[in-house]
Amino acid sequence: MPTLTSPVSEDAFVGQQFDDIEQQRDAAKLGMWIFLATEVLFFGGLFLGYTIYRFTYGHVFVEASHKLDVVIGGTNTAVLLVSSLLMAFAVRASKLDQRRMLTGLLLGTALLGCVFMSLKGVEYHKDYTDHLVPRMGFKWEGADPGNAELFYWIYFAMTGLHAIHVTVGIGIMLVLALLAWLGKFSRGNHNTVEIAGLYWHFVDIVWCFLFPLLYLVGHR
Amino acid sequence: MNNATSEADSMKSATEVIVDRPGEFARENYLSIHHGVKAWLLTKDHKRIGLLYLGTILSFFVIASVAAALMRIELLTPQPKLVTSETYNKLFTIHGVLMVWFFLIPSIPTVLGNFVLPMMIGARDVAFPKLNLMSWYIFVAGGALALWSLIHGGVDTGWTFYTPYSTTYANTHVISMAAGVFVAGFSTIVTGINFIVTTHKMRAPGLTWFRLPLFVWSLYATSLIMVLATPVLAITLALISVERFWGVGIFDPKLGGDPVLFQHMFWFYSHPAVYIMILPGMGVISELITCFSRKQIYGYVWVGSASMAIAILGFLVWGHHMFVSSQSVYAGMVFSILSFLVAVPSGIKVFNWTATLRKGSIHFATPMLYALGFIGLFTIGGLTGLFLAALAVDVHVHDTYFVIAHFHYIMVGGMVMAFMGGLHYWWPKISGRLYPEFAGKLAAMITFIGFNLTFFPQFILGYLGQPRRYHIYPPEFQIYHVLSTAGASILGIGYLMPLIYFIWAWRHGRVAGPNPWRATGLEWQTTSPPPEHNFEETPIVTGPPYSYSPEKDADLNLASL
Repeated sequence: MPTLTSPVSEDAFVGQQFDDIEQQRDAAKLGMWIFLATEVLFFGGLFLGYTIYRFTYGHVFVEASHKLDVVIGGTNTAVLLVSSLLMAFAVRASKLDQRRMLTGLLLGTALLGCVFMSLKGVEYHKDYTDHLVPRMGFKWEGADPGNAELFYWIYFAMTGLHAIHVTVGIGIMLVLALLAWLGKFSRGNHNTVEIAGLYWHFVDIVWCFLFPLLYLVGHR
Repeated sequence: MNNATSEADSMKSATEVIVDRPGEFARENYLSIHHGVKAWLLTKDHKRIGLLYLGTILSFFVIASVAAALMRIELLTPQPKLVTSETYNKLFTIHGVLMVWFFLIPSIPTVLGNFVLPMMIGARDVAFPKLNLMSWYIFVAGGALALWSLIHGGVDTGWTFYTPYSTTYANTHVISMAAGVFVAGFSTIVTGINFIVTTHKMRAPGLTWFRLPLFVWSLYATSLIMVLATPVLAITLALISVERFWGVGIFDPKLGGDPVLFQHMFWFYSHPAVYIMILPGMGVISELITCFSRKQIYGYVWVGSASMAIAILGFLVWGHHMFVSSQSVYAGMVFSILSFLVAVPSGIKVFNWTATLRKGSIHFATPMLYALGFIGLFTIGGLTGLFLAALAVDVHVHDTYFVIAHFHYIMVGGMVMAFMGGLHYWWPKISGRLYPEFAGKLAAMITFIGFNLTFFPQFILGYLGQPRRYHIYPPEFQIYHVLSTAGASILGIGYLMPLIYFIWAWRHGRVAGPNPWRATGLEWQTTSPPPEHNFEETPIVTGPPYSYSPEKDADLNLASL
């Protein structure tokens, strides 16, 4: 722990139920990891559905996948990966007590989150004009239109659930940026930034699974 | 133990407890320290949150019991007299949904667990007190949604929400009810996270994992199930709601989707959830059996590990709900064998509780009566579970009253008995006062008799072929239904009595003192009711739990306090 200053200054951040800041940090980190485990299982239901139908209707799923925009999806992957990098730097800045740097990095993370959401919005609109949205003017020229609609339904469910998580993450980053600017994370109180970082990385990793599963199926 | 605090100590902080003499009511305690509705609604004290939960789940218990009572009255006659088929469907749905998600799952963890877990491990509070309060608000919000659905006409899908009926055909408030359960599920997840972190990070010095009380082990195992199973229910219910709203989805056969996939996902949660509804009860029984037979638990490590084994195996048996749902025979065989395996840790527990009684100095106090009742009823419930795990027998009794009787022996005969036993056991700690012992024993006996009369005839009914969820039946079954309804009214009295005398005892009961049971747990080493932060000084643990000795306490008479 390079940033530990005097223990007196840290006591202000320690909840009454904890003995010291070390215990509080460990508890918060463990709590976040368990929460992320629940998130894995939450997404897990959708991944299960995807896997079963990909296995059953593989051919249609490949065809349907080819209609998704790989360029936008790929750009979004890069955007999220860079945002995760900024987040990692932000955690480091909070440990080094660099207030301006921390604020800037958190804002940068939030901004890239917004870029991701905007691109996603553009892509959803394109899907709509291409008649790929189930129940909203869905049209399919190839075989098994029902199974193709199932693919797009899963696509919208999975990316939609992920988009909700990104939106929550952007909100968290903006609040943290404000708190960072006010100097709330100084003097060893970097716990909040660290566990928010865990969440952001999780959201990033989910996308890293979604992108190949949904966009790159059957690409040679 | 001398609790007399000197004047100088009481100057240290406003929350310092003053106990006049050992064996007296702690005048400054977690209840007296703050007053008013606002103090309750904004409390971060795990003990107060436990009481908030107690009030909330009891309200749901009453509503769900009324639904059960209406069903039992309707079933007195083979032809419908009281309600229509639609109403009957809504009654068993509301009974199931409320009892499972708004009473049984939160019952012991959120009330007794919240109250005693931090005290048992010598902590001042749970790891995340704000989240703890938030979980109660989430729970209330979920409950409000469920009640909204009830008031606006109810739901008729049964608590299992099977597709495609729930997604396509049911003409009732499925979405809002599913949303209610979805929201309540997050409260369960938050509680689970809180308990796991609390157990890992908040233990008092010297309290190693194998010195933990068995109730803590059982809550830990329960919390693991809560955090790993509940999210799957959440996504499943979300998918149902979206599918119902949108008209397409992964359970939709029109698209090539599979309604049976829903059953897999639902039971992947709901079978482990069955263990959320029994493991905490088992933990309570371990506390009660040791205290009231003044014995160290027989085979501590085995009982603790059995909790973990049940939690893990519980995730591998969901397919036994689907022996007749087009599941492959080979999958059925595997699930059947795995289901038999769960009986092993459960059997270990029953064996060890019984062995603990041997050569003990047994005190038939109220909590002990509930505990002994639990062992008997859980054994019947568990053994009939093996009938259902056997493929061929299950085909005969699947979806009959045999199943109903089986799981009520576990849920009501097991969990509710344990909840009542635990509530009586910790009541002196919660309120600082004793409940009337004679009324307590009487209620425990009435509950036991009423319970058996209600549910034993249902085993016979089911074996003879009466399916569940029907309110019209052949006249030759009437005698069993009449017996069952008679039992239910006795059971109702058994539940009403504690409600009345607990309310009376809250103000008028005899003062209990810090440790009326002369029990060994850390929660008894502080005043009753406990101070806001539980202990004046963090206790230091030097030995294993349950250091009782029948010889030392020979003069004790816990059954007539």
